Amino acid sequence: MGKPLVVLDNVSYQYDSQEDFALKNVSMKVYEGEWLAIVGHNGSGKSTLAKLLNGLQFPTEGSISINGITLSEDTVWDVRRQVGMVFQNPDNQFVGTTVQDDVAFGLENNGVPAKVMGERVVDALSRVNMESFLDQEPHHLSGGQKQRVAIAGVLALRPSIIILDEATSMLDPRGREEVIETIMKLQQEESITVISITHDLEEAARANRILVLNKGEIYREGTPEEIFQMDEELVRLGLDIPFPVKMSKQLSEKGVVLSKYYLTEEELVAELWTSHSKM
Amino acid sequence: MMEKMIFGRYVPAESILHRMDPRSKLIIVFLFVCVVFLANNLWTYAILTIYTFLMAGLSKIPPRFLIGGLKPVLWLVLFTFFLHLFLTKEGELIFELGWLKIYEGGLRQGIFISMRFFLLILVTSLLTLTTTPIEITDGLEHLMGPLKRLKFPVHELALMMSISLRFIPTLMQETDKIMKAQTARGVEYTSGPVKDRLKAIVPLLIPLFISSFKRAEELAVAMEARGYRGGEGRTKYRQLHWAAADTLMILLLAAVTVLLILFRG
Repeated sequence: MGKPLVVLDNVSYQYDSQEDFALKNVSMKVYEGEWLAIVGHNGSGKSTLAKLLNGLQFPTEGSISINGITLSEDTVWDVRRQVGMVFQNPDNQFVGTTVQDDVAFGLENNGVPAKVMGERVVDALSRVNMESFLDQEPHHLSGGQKQRVAIAGVLALRPSIIILDEATSMLDPRGREEVIETIMKLQQEESITVISITHDLEEAARANRILVLNKGEIYREGTPEEIFQMDEELVRLGLDIPFPVKMSKQLSEKGVVLSKYYLTEEELVAELWTSHSKM
Repeated sequence: MMEKMIFGRYVPAESILHRMDPRSKLIIVFLFVCVVFLANNLWTYAILTIYTFLMAGLSKIPPRFLIGGLKPVLWLVLFTFFLHLFLTKEGELIFELGWLKIYEGGLRQGIFISMRFFLLILVTSLLTLTTTPIEITDGLEHLMGPLKRLKFPVHELALMMSISLRFIPTLMQETDKIMKAQTARGVEYTSGPVKDRLKAIVPLLIPLFISSFKRAEELAVAMEARGYRGGEGRTKYRQLHWAAADTLMILLLAAVTVLLILFRG
């Protein structure tokens, strides 16, 4: 792993109207080029964490530094240029009247000269396979397409980190797959650092590392394989174990020997249909 | 269907009017609205009509679109015609039927005023037929630029306009969805007494309002996350290009104005 890009040091956050802390003493690091999934049940503090990383809120205690910049009121605009964010609702983050206007919105905000903008808009859209939709209006796009445009809007700014705040939770299965594929491609081929905040463990299974949040505290941290070993514990935290993991576990209970817990259906199916010939 | 009412206005085509800078089109429409009042006799109205039809021809918009745009205001034109016809009591009496008296001046006034109306509507609809709403917004933002010095929130106003334009179809889709949901619960929108139908609007509007506020809040957060901090230091993606044709078109209108002044009685 590369150098740490995001460093949280003992961060706590309390909403004004509430007694309990939404986040308590969270310390963590996100390394360059990795995909970190932050999972947790509703109210685990994961969305608060996302807002803190982008300076939409500031920690009550502790400090956050992003790519060497300590987050504060003065540096917040520099940080926002480094950290791109994709939100949950595809409609409510689409500002432009057409796809290209929307991708250009962030560039306009940052005062990028008009001559450079056109190029960067097309480039960003082609990286999410949406370059043929330049003049399309948002209401003619599917949820997955709108989210890919939102990702392009973030990419156009050339950030070092992309945060997905439940970005797939309002999509249909196909849209979700489109978005996850896009993110995987960006992370693997362009080594963009991804932080995905989700309660969908199938999405988290694609990450390099998973961080489980519970009641505002870090509950566990590890690779997807390690996290899914927790099994019943995850269910108790209000998280749903992905189907292939559940399946492999039940198969091994029935005496079918599998080499490991599988995270994706394809891997599991591949093991199953070749297992007989190995016996 | 409702979408067509608002967005069906723009008709894409390859014409000089389509290629023109929205700024020059806005200036021309604004000037035309003033210039129309110079006309006061047959000659001047003829000049204006020729100019308007020339523009309509240059736009390459099929006539049915032009007529379609005129339909909703046709009754207004007719209303002003009859108003002047019956109420202006000038010149010779040309027709009398009981209490109904029509004077020559009334007929003249009626024709001229409704003609003026007709030309105004035709020219303004040429603007919306050849210019996308977003171009009009951009043009207005540029033209109102000098008002910034007077602390007039020009950029904010333009952004508000473009965001409204962007959300109209989204809110329409949502209205449709809520309507279906309420219909499924037994609310009737299309039949029953008017009073009941009006009442049925309430369970449609309230969810729509609530969700709009939620949308607005989320949009504001998303905009902030994308680095939006007002018009200061912002660049524009869409650049406007003032071409020779734009200057020529304005000169043409200026020539028309000179003719109008010369020929008016």
